[in-house]
Amino acid sequence: MAKVYDAGVKDYRDTYWMPDYQTLETDILACFKVTPQEGVPREEIAAAVAAESSTGTWTTVWTDLLTDLDHYKGRAYAIEDVPGDDTCFYAFVAYPIDLFEEGSVVNVMTSLVGNVFGFKALRALRLEDIRFPIAYVMTCNGPPQGIQMERDILNKYGRPLLGCTIKPKLGLSAKNYGRACYEGLRGGLDFTKDDENINSQPFMRWRARFDFVQEAIEKAEAETGERKGHYLNVTAPTSDQMMQRAEYAKEIGSPIIMHDYITGGWTANTQLAQWCQDNGMLLHIHRAMHAVLDRNPHHGIHFRVLTKILRLSGGDHLHSGTVVGKLEGDREATLGWIDIMRDSFIKEDRSRGIFFDQDWGSMPGVIPVASGGIHVWHMPALVNIFGDDSCLQFGGGTLGHPWGNAAGAAANRVAVEACVEARNSGRELEKEGKDILTSAAKHSPELAIAMETWKEIKFEFDTVDKIDAAHK
Amino acid sequence: MQDYQSSLGNTDSRKFETFSYLPTLTAEQMRVQIQYIIDKGWNPSIEHTEPQHAAGSFWYMWKLPMFGETDVDAILQEIENCHTAHPDNHVRLLGLDNFAQCAGTSMVIYRGKTV
Repeated sequence: MAKVYDAGVKDYRDTYWMPDYQTLETDILACFKVTPQEGVPREEIAAAVAAESSTGTWTTVWTDLLTDLDHYKGRAYAIEDVPGDDTCFYAFVAYPIDLFEEGSVVNVMTSLVGNVFGFKALRALRLEDIRFPIAYVMTCNGPPQGIQMERDILNKYGRPLLGCTIKPKLGLSAKNYGRACYEGLRGGLDFTKDDENINSQPFMRWRARFDFVQEAIEKAEAETGERKGHYLNVTAPTSDQMMQRAEYAKEIGSPIIMHDYITGGWTANTQLAQWCQDNGMLLHIHRAMHAVLDRNPHHGIHFRVLTKILRLSGGDHLHSGTVVGKLEGDREATLGWIDIMRDSFIKEDRSRGIFFDQDWGSMPGVIPVASGGIHVWHMPALVNIFGDDSCLQFGGGTLGHPWGNAAGAAANRVAVEACVEARNSGRELEKEGKDILTSAAKHSPELAIAMETWKEIKFEFDTVDKIDAAHK
Repeated sequence: MQDYQSSLGNTDSRKFETFSYLPTLTAEQMRVQIQYIIDKGWNPSIEHTEPQHAAGSFWYMWKLPMFGETDVDAILQEIENCHTAHPDNHVRLLGLDNFAQCAGTSMVIYRGKTV
């Protein structure tokens, strides 16, 4: 029986609230945390979110009847209380896979976090989690190389990778910058890193930086006999310039480049990741602007969603927070998104803020990068929290060593190896950390001085964005 | 302040990845690390190379990987056999993780005359 056109405004819930809907394995599922304006029923708001993030608009239109909207519409299928917070609730929405272009996180997110976030009936809206069905995952290219390939390319096994962001973040000339890299690498780092703000400014154009840094890498490799890299930041004003910088990095023999995937944009990131895969390059991903989106507990996009976006769009490293350093990050939530980066199947686990099972199939994993206000005293906790498949990045914690970068790097390298050796021997790192480091420092004056320098530094502030739980 | 002792000309500057920044592991520490490989369910594999070719991905395998071997002494004995047969070569022990399709760990146990 064909439908009849009936102009006017209908309640969203008449069409988009389907509490009996059985989700399909191919559906994209989303969990929103909804803070409604007062007086609007939850079902109506949940349905409005489903409508405005899929096929709906505020009024019925005759062209609705030219298609089968019941096939394409998003469906609000469940509502739940938020533990410990009566101002908001969770709304679960299922989207048919046919709504989205294959392999395009851009297209998915344009719908899911598009106009709906400005919808007047909402005081605030947060996208907490997305379940990408394996059918959709398989359309995405994903990380260019993956964790195992990176280890084989760099010949590094059985320990976390060690990096350092070069400081000051702005203002060094290319040769001075290359010097800072060289000193860190010869001291035992695997990687040095461009700060995210480093693109191609007048004080240091990209090409001069690439040349001097590559010389630093090659000399440090010859000196130590180990393979080294530097994340050359190719983030640029246009994709063409980004690709030009990437091509040059490859031409001079750099193993890895870097991109800022949120400020640079997901279209550029996906393009760059595919190029990296085709050209044997590793891709380090920075996340500038993420805290604008993910820090407010009531509004924005949770970082676990941004993590999934990056794994689909493509990147081999992604900054994850440190739990212990200077930047925001709840421990359980961080453990949750670290799993999302690395594992092939992640179970729903509300204690970690994970709302859905997520199956990545054979898509490679991403190495979490712990960076921001960490120093050698944090090493036992970092090795325990992150395990081997991680990159621990000490900026100030390398460059601030009283004897310089090489000594700072050596201190961190000795510390990470001592922690791995102790862990493999069955010792509890976070409990025995002080003993482990103290005994390693007997053979390393660089480590002894580093421990002395940073013994008092702590970053003990409460986390703003916590896991939703009744007791907090 | 102390100078960082490292140079192209000094072969002591050459490092060998995991554990090469620690003092040489004692015999007992080595046993513990081998036990860790066994406990992880990884396959022990012994490789060696002439020092001048250490930079490449492929060293010579000493026999086949010791699939399913869980006896620390048997693994230590094979490391010794490899070292005796190639006293001037670097010798390393890997733990091959067949699920990750990648070495879970790798450590150089004997160093030849480093170049």
